[in-house]
Amino acid sequence: MSEADDAEALQALLADSPTTAEHLLPLLQRVQQHFGFVSPMVIRQVSAAFNLSRAEVYGVVSFYGDLRESPVGEHVVQLCMAEACQAVGCRALARHAEATLGVALGGSTQDGRVHLEAAFCFGNCALGPTVRIGDRVHGAVSEARFDALMASLPTRR
Amino acid sequence: MTARIYVPNDTGARSVGADDVAETIHQMIRTHSLDAVVVRNGSRGAYWLEPLIEVDSVDGRVGFAAVTPETAASLFESGTMPSVSHPLSIGLVESLPWLRDQQRLMFSRVGIIDPLSLDDYRAHGGLSGLEQALTLGPQAIVTEIKTSGLRGRGGAAFPAGIKWQTVHDTVADQKYIVCNADEGDSGTFADRLLMDADPFQLIEGMVIAAIAVSATAGYIYLRSEYPHTIRIIERALVLARDAGIIGTSVLGSAHAFDITLRVGGGSYICGEETALLESLEGKRGVVRAKPPLPALAGLFGKPTVVNNVLTLAATTAILARGGAHYAGLGLDRSTGTMPFQLGGNVKRGGLVEVAFGISLAELVVGFGGGTRSDRPIKAIQVGGPLGAYLPASQWQTPLGYEAFAAVGAMLGHGGVVVFDDTVDMGEQAEFAMAFCAHESCGKCTPCRIGSTRGVEVIGRLRRGEASEKNWQLLDELCETMELGSLCALGGLTPMPVRSIMAHFAGDLLSSAPSRAPGEVTV
Repeated sequence: MSEADDAEALQALLADSPTTAEHLLPLLQRVQQHFGFVSPMVIRQVSAAFNLSRAEVYGVVSFYGDLRESPVGEHVVQLCMAEACQAVGCRALARHAEATLGVALGGSTQDGRVHLEAAFCFGNCALGPTVRIGDRVHGAVSEARFDALMASLPTRR
Repeated sequence: MTARIYVPNDTGARSVGADDVAETIHQMIRTHSLDAVVVRNGSRGAYWLEPLIEVDSVDGRVGFAAVTPETAASLFESGTMPSVSHPLSIGLVESLPWLRDQQRLMFSRVGIIDPLSLDDYRAHGGLSGLEQALTLGPQAIVTEIKTSGLRGRGGAAFPAGIKWQTVHDTVADQKYIVCNADEGDSGTFADRLLMDADPFQLIEGMVIAAIAVSATAGYIYLRSEYPHTIRIIERALVLARDAGIIGTSVLGSAHAFDITLRVGGGSYICGEETALLESLEGKRGVVRAKPPLPALAGLFGKPTVVNNVLTLAATTAILARGGAHYAGLGLDRSTGTMPFQLGGNVKRGGLVEVAFGISLAELVVGFGGGTRSDRPIKAIQVGGPLGAYLPASQWQTPLGYEAFAAVGAMLGHGGVVVFDDTVDMGEQAEFAMAFCAHESCGKCTPCRIGSTRGVEVIGRLRRGEASEKNWQLLDELCETMELGSLCALGGLTPMPVRSIMAHFAGDLLSSAPSRAPGEVTV
């Protein structure tokens, strides 16, 4: 997408949103969903539209883990690393994922296909280890099932 | 009559293939020209049986456990509806001891009804609490909640009736009901299951609260880690509005109340009520100092009831059956029932709603069946990441707020996570501090800096460096965090750490593991 397209898409999102402070996080969530991250350009324009300082908007962006400041791999793969999944081997699964994808937790693969990261609890604690890919939550993920899930990811558009 | 085949549609069942099973069953219905429909019910919370398919029979619903797309086809191989004689059959679902021995009040409908059918909801007792509330009026509702002894189910266990009374008594042009659905504690999924499987109960509870305190606007703050739940609640709100349960005239009365859904930003601390309010106002989720209490000056500075999903849901049964009935259940000041959530390394994991008072061992061994790995249990963490790890000597403790406090533990939101003997408790202690460091909002120093220092000190202990000095340092650090932190995150992170110091000291002092990258998780 060109810069002009991006600017147009942002204007459309802004046009659909009230600009009182309470609507800032929902707007930034839509920005994140649309662009995959919240760019400095977005922060500038959103702060102007909401009559907030750039620091205030950046403060919100940097606080919430769901809002990213730079783009990441196409498929976000989140491994639950919280206690209930620890009890059924998520640490070993994470080592397996890191080794097979060749990337550490928090990083994206070189081909830009997968972003691997830790997350804390998807509410699936009786069926761990749990992995979220996009909006799908997968339970009882063994190493073999993880490999199958990776193999089934759609290839780059 | 058209037969019904129930295929659960909650996050847990879907995570192990329920959607694929439903698709296969649709095909089987077409292939064999059966007079049947697939109903996507919620889960009963018996997760070790999922995907648990059910069909009606003259005696009740018959279950088929752990069905896969392949075995789903085999259920229909004779070209007829599956019967109790099939090898996957577990017989009548409601005769399973695991379900039969529970006392489900809040979770009485889960897995039975179609979560998004208001007809089902009404047919199973839904809205009777709200109808009762409308006849009682505000003060009588609050009195009923006080009589019930209901305490906040989010973790802090504050008496709900007192909170409601405060908001009721405060004069303001605008009041709010905020549902805390930011269920971030690992090992807890009761809020999620209730919202997935019986969302109208939460909505009904919020409306009852609104009438009790004269609030006209409500928010559900739901975590982003629950994508399926978000879709269910969105849909349930639309249906509730269309049916006049929320909106300008609640069930035709003079009360106006509407609910807005807000999705969290992936921050654990936003489950703390004041951080949640900051987040709802569009700011960083930084904890507020109290006072003022949210009941007096909460959302946008207005009087606000902030309650957990289960607390609000519980009020529906309290209004329907009376506060005294609820108060008659439980143990001392822990009245009513508590939905415990069995997770981690456990054979029969899931949602167990029982009256307070059974022992932890009865829950984990009786209901849970011990570990999934068939190895001995080493530790049980109760109450989420801020809860204690209990050793074998404490497993006879009755499940109640006071009994747990007496052994240096807490029930929190009722999450119970089982670990077998392969767990390194030193690693768990270090994780407790690392999690706090990762999730700290940064406002107060004991939490922000103490947690990072805690990771370092525990690391030194685990490497066997200056054990005596570092042990004392960790003890002092825990005390500083407990006494000096602004909220429960910094104040309670020492609880799991101290429980490990007290009961699993050997793990904390001896191990010198070589660590792979995956083990440092935050």
